[in-house]
Amino acid sequence: MTMTARTYVLTYVALILLLTATVWSHSFELGAWNSLINIGIAIAKGLLIALIYMELARAISLIRIFSLIGLSWMAILFTLSLADYFTR
Amino acid sequence: MWVLLATEVLMFGVLFLSYTVYRYWYPQAFSSASAQLDLTLGAINTGVLLTSSLTMALAVRAMSLQLRKQALWLLALTALLGCVFLFIKAYSWHTEYTEHLVPLRWLTTDYSDIGGDAARIFFNIYFVMTGLHAVHLTIAVVLVILMGIYVLRSSRPTTSARRVKMLGLYWHFVDIIWIFLFPLLYLL
Repeated sequence: MTMTARTYVLTYVALILLLTATVWSHSFELGAWNSLINIGIAIAKGLLIALIYMELARAISLIRIFSLIGLSWMAILFTLSLADYFTR
Repeated sequence: MWVLLATEVLMFGVLFLSYTVYRYWYPQAFSSASAQLDLTLGAINTGVLLTSSLTMALAVRAMSLQLRKQALWLLALTALLGCVFLFIKAYSWHTEYTEHLVPLRWLTTDYSDIGGDAARIFFNIYFVMTGLHAVHLTIAVVLVILMGIYVLRSSRPTTSARRVKMLGLYWHFVDIIWIFLFPLLYLL
């Protein structure tokens, strides 16, 4: 994907729309779904920024692997900690 | 830079874990405490940072195309938007201070109608996370300004383009952190 100015601006529009969606969904009482929708939208926004603004979509595999380090560590942190906290 | 960002994920990751555990334990108190925050300002701030990411991405692009003047304008705009965010954040912190929500030992706090000690925990987490984020953003704004001065005086287009790109990664990372902070703290 070529990163033209148009790509960046379209991504920005998508990000603003997602922001609007998440704030708008807050006005509805959907119980646990609220959090799910919010986190889902946050992940979508994060992916857009990482892939387009941080150019991971067209980076070499080495860069992409390095970009996953932080998240991998967090996955281990959350899994082990929550397995402890949520079960006793 | 990605390795640096990994260490930053380490720093914020534990705070997110803290938040997750306490929210699981005290959902009601967290919900009422979160309702005390100014959602409008939080949403505006999110929009401000998203816009700053756009201007930063366009600045990186301008540098790679050797359009120095355009890049400098975009870097200035990025730094300005960062400052706008910090100003709005400081204003909301001040509001929370006047409403006796700041959990510092020497301040009078009043969490009686929002959940007592559990609400205090929420505000501890809120101030630490947004505070740490603000520190990162301040560093980013200073670096953008310094980078602008460097680009202005640089005679090495490839090197300066690469450096702006690395700074861009840091800026986008700070934006991503806020993108997760906003729903977790404001949209409970």
